[in-house]
Amino acid sequence: MKKRFNTYHGALAPYSLWAVLFIVVPLVFIAYYAFTDDSFAFTTEHFTRFFTATSNILEDDGTSREVRTYLLIFWRSVKLAVISTAICLLLGYPIAYIIARAPEKTQKTMITLIMIPMWMNFLIRTYAWMTILQDTGIFNNVLGALGLGQIHVIGTETAVIIGMVYDYFPYMVLPIYSIMAKMDLRLLEAARDLGCGSISVLRRVIWPLSIPGVVSGITRVLIPSISTFYISQKLGNGKFFLIGDAIEGQYMANNLHFAAAIAFILMVILLVAMAVVKYVTNRYVYGGERE
Amino acid sequence: MKKIIELKNISKAFDGEMVLDNISLDIYDNEFITLLGPSGCGKTTTLRMIGGFTQPDSGDVIFMGERINDVPPHKRNVNTVFQRYALFPHLNVFENIAFPLREKKVPKKEINEKVNEMLKLVMLTGFADRRVTSLSGGQQQRVAIARALVSHPQVLLLDEPLGALDLKLRKDMQQELKKIQKSTGITFVFVTHDQEEALSMSDTIVVMSEGKIQQIGTPTDIYNEPKNAFVADFIGESNILDGVMLEDYKVRFAGQVFSCLDTGFEKNEPVDVVVRPEDVDIVPVEKGMLSGIVTSVTFLGVHNEIIVDINGFKWMIQTTDSVNENERIGLFLEPDAIHIMKKSKYSGMFGDYSSFSDEMEEISNPDPEGGAEE
Repeated sequence: MKKRFNTYHGALAPYSLWAVLFIVVPLVFIAYYAFTDDSFAFTTEHFTRFFTATSNILEDDGTSREVRTYLLIFWRSVKLAVISTAICLLLGYPIAYIIARAPEKTQKTMITLIMIPMWMNFLIRTYAWMTILQDTGIFNNVLGALGLGQIHVIGTETAVIIGMVYDYFPYMVLPIYSIMAKMDLRLLEAARDLGCGSISVLRRVIWPLSIPGVVSGITRVLIPSISTFYISQKLGNGKFFLIGDAIEGQYMANNLHFAAAIAFILMVILLVAMAVVKYVTNRYVYGGERE
Repeated sequence: MKKIIELKNISKAFDGEMVLDNISLDIYDNEFITLLGPSGCGKTTTLRMIGGFTQPDSGDVIFMGERINDVPPHKRNVNTVFQRYALFPHLNVFENIAFPLREKKVPKKEINEKVNEMLKLVMLTGFADRRVTSLSGGQQQRVAIARALVSHPQVLLLDEPLGALDLKLRKDMQQELKKIQKSTGITFVFVTHDQEEALSMSDTIVVMSEGKIQQIGTPTDIYNEPKNAFVADFIGESNILDGVMLEDYKVRFAGQVFSCLDTGFEKNEPVDVVVRPEDVDIVPVEKGMLSGIVTSVTFLGVHNEIIVDINGFKWMIQTTDSVNENERIGLFLEPDAIHIMKKSKYSGMFGDYSSFSDEMEEISNPDPEGGAEE
């Protein structure tokens, strides 16, 4: 018994070391930087700045308006992330269902197709979207060739959302697919047997049983898309500064302490949000405790 | 009696393999009918066809006089108890049973009443709020039955519902199912590979093999008057011998002529002769119609099961007499111990106990596809 215990700890050691070095230590550093000033004296000024800093933005009608800079950026990040996540879910759920019900061989092919974009570098994908969505890009050329006129997409929120949806889509599909593929088909037969038409089967059996997958998909898309950067710079022409861009910008400008503070705030908010989600699913959703 | 379901000339193939071969079957109101046969005989496919989960390639499914081939499962007044229950894991016991009622938008008060009535029927009062995943196999079974019965279907289909239960529980559930069937008056179509289960519960047994119905009859008919070697062998134990029907009431087998009760065969028609192991009397050699050497004796509590070698053919005999291995004994057969069957494609395949030990293995493991997963 004792020997097994030791072996277990021996096997664990390299991973513990890894976790301490590359997860715990950096987090401690972030917290440390967030709460100190340039001379490493304790301060909460960065937090105050995050919540109170203001700037003027120009409205469409030419008037100027004072806003709280970082709260606006944060709010915009959440908004775009939520929209992207919702679109991922709306598109991903039916696709996951279709894949899960396809013959086994087709399933593998379809899953591979969904995953292939993930194998390509994120920057390359974003650049690809830039060329596609440009005013003179493929998208507008096709529209023009069809005689539908041109649409200005690049540099709008829509472009940013398209980029995010494209990037994070697989993270939505995969967990939903995996839970649907495991679903006991006899339950669906039982539901039909007990009087459910197709829509009822979906609503009363498939949907509730797939919620753990949906929650997992939402978390996997929402969290990285809230903190995303670069997509907004490239596809939004820098007009839609997101919280990730703010962190990057402060870091690049060598404001390490303020960058750390923004990162810290973001992390706390996400942790709280995830804790709430976990609590609610564990408590009210079947199968939630497994996730 | 009123006909409730008719299957007419139904055939079905899966991937070019014939699963049902021109099956016709009538099911009557208020009947407990069992589809009995080994794995792969087509019994489950037949059941799924009545449930609406499989469509026949040819032939008709008639329900109360109406052809329902294309009616989807949720529009059939037929419910199923699935092999491994298929309870909804995200719902508690109450909601599982209430499931079909909620679909029909039955008023809340009525749902409460009906579910409680069902809980009482299956003896699960007080379990309403339990998670189905926390129940034992037997309790899950009861929930599945309650859920299938709550909307009062005209027919209840049961697909090997007791397969996953242990022997004791299974016996209890057999009794209970029979009781529930009687008290509700709902037609039960029961699928099993367990002949004992079929004999003890059914009003009518349909013996199936290789996608064909071999025999339809009451348990006593099936046991006493099996139609061919397959049925004789599948239901209970049988010694099946080659014989020749000399004339009415006279048959020759094992080198002797015996009187029997069977008529209606051609003169000198080759036949299969069935002798049940419990119908053979052991007598002193000089008084016996046949004699042979005992090759094995197995004590089974109520009786001994002995194998006797008679001119190279091994008979199984169940007796309360005590005999010893290698002893020569005489056998005596009353006319009613002999049952004559027409020759069939199953002739010669069953009913010789020379390879008995192999058969015992099969009996102790009747369902190689693995119905018992609990």
